[in-house]
Amino acid sequence: MPQRENAERKVNRPEQEGAASDVPVQTGSAEHKAALDADVDSLLDEIDDVLEINAEEFVKSFVQKGGQ
Amino acid sequence: MTVQRIMGIETEYGITVPGARVMNAMAASTRLVNAYARNNVKGRQRNPKWDYSEEAPLRDARGFDMSRADADPSQITDDDLGMANIILTNGARFYVDHSHPEYSSPEITNPRDAVLWDRAGVAVMQRAAQHTSTEGVDLPILLYKNNTDNKGASYGCHENYLMSRQTPFESIVAWLTPFFISRQVFTGAGRLGIGQDPKRMAYQLSQRADFFEAEVGLETTFKRPIINTRDEPHSDAERFRRLHVIVGDANMSDTATYLKMGTTSLVLSMLESGFLSGKDMSILDPLRAMYAVSHDITLQTSIGLAGDRQWSAIEIQREFWELSALYCESEYGADIDPETRELLQQWGQVLDRLDEDPLQCSDILDWVAKYRLMQAYRTRDGLDWSAPQLQAIDLQYADIRPDRGLALRLEQRGQLLRMFSDDEVEHARLFAPRDTRAYFRGECLRRYPGEIAAANWDSIVFDLPGHESLVRVPTLEPTRGTYQHVGELFDRADNAEELINLLGA
Repeated sequence: MPQRENAERKVNRPEQEGAASDVPVQTGSAEHKAALDADVDSLLDEIDDVLEINAEEFVKSFVQKGGQ
Repeated sequence: MTVQRIMGIETEYGITVPGARVMNAMAASTRLVNAYARNNVKGRQRNPKWDYSEEAPLRDARGFDMSRADADPSQITDDDLGMANIILTNGARFYVDHSHPEYSSPEITNPRDAVLWDRAGVAVMQRAAQHTSTEGVDLPILLYKNNTDNKGASYGCHENYLMSRQTPFESIVAWLTPFFISRQVFTGAGRLGIGQDPKRMAYQLSQRADFFEAEVGLETTFKRPIINTRDEPHSDAERFRRLHVIVGDANMSDTATYLKMGTTSLVLSMLESGFLSGKDMSILDPLRAMYAVSHDITLQTSIGLAGDRQWSAIEIQREFWELSALYCESEYGADIDPETRELLQQWGQVLDRLDEDPLQCSDILDWVAKYRLMQAYRTRDGLDWSAPQLQAIDLQYADIRPDRGLALRLEQRGQLLRMFSDDEVEHARLFAPRDTRAYFRGECLRRYPGEIAAANWDSIVFDLPGHESLVRVPTLEPTRGTYQHVGELFDRADNAEELINLLGA
């Protein structure tokens, strides 16, 4: 495999100044991921309440016609 | 041009009617669109007609031309085989495409607006479905923003990019093929199941990848090609091509839609400018690479490129990022527009995070968010990948009901990031973007619903009181008919006839 430079080294990343303030990826960090993991039990409890009760029947009955 | 160009997204939604003894998708879709029209649309727009007819009009300096059509109004109101079809005040089209309800966004000029008016489409679908429940005449309808039933059927989310006719089609094929194959690392909506009608239950990046069976072609419903050659520009065909991209997934994640539209537009800009000539990123076996990238959630699979190179999808994407950054620097330097700067920054960050640990993207990318959810279930309940609960999660991730849809529930918990507030989305459901011809279309429908006989992307047909014939106003130039261009005319005109007179003045 050829040696490939990290893109950051070759080209300066554009300045952050002036970029929109609501950049959504800012929180996608390792720390944020850890916080998400800690929250997983309450998440699953919540999903348990909304998941289709009969998963097998629900999956089986989801039939679509082909589209584009 | 950079990330800015005329673009749009068309999405076919999955549709079910739980409890129905026989499911007729076309009838349900028609019921959905009609319910929306009855409850949200005024005057004649309750039963408006999409105008399929084509006309090559003359244009005046404003980009408009009025021709008095000879047709009797009744001739233009063909019922399109009874299939519902409405044009919304936000400039979008909401209709039945064979067996699916489809929302085609208004023309927008940048990736953020692409996200906003795509979300407006979700809001339209949610409302329409709600009407079918509250009207209570028939069974409620459920809608899914996904691309497969996991039983062999697929339906699309198509992107449209207006681009220069000058750019040779061969170079579009040569560059977009590796780009589309590698962009799956962030555009993928995630899917449990390998193959069109899956025999093996494993997780893959893309909903759509396994349904592609050709490299280039015109088809969209079978033998689907990575590069689709359909080309109806709905504008000046001498100058523009409308690149019709059928290879993408329908995304619930705003960030995925944002990156999908922005990066593709930027790559097209490089192609249009000739910046990529002399370089080569051809993939040796595109179809196999398409499947291989989608089927490897570790993102490590090597793809054979021309020049005896073996690169991963992320490496290919990094190369595209690097070329894009170089292109922007050489072409615009410090004058780069903020939208392109933001896109480049986010694109680079996402690639870094995917490279380090894809799970870092669980709050911004669909395939990661869904995967994380399934993994959590697997861990807690000791589930095998073939467990029906996991397949249910796959489907329910794309359910657009705010209380039952899993992606929407993740958004409510702040675990999938949104780019726009509910208020912004609601505004986009009602109002068109102000910087394309969608503004003219949307405002005509909003202000004069009683006087519009038909409309399509490139014209609006008025039926004015006291006039025997219809008046067609062509809108062939997508960058005209903007707020800046015609906003003041709307303010001056008290009715549709005055507007027509002002346009002709």
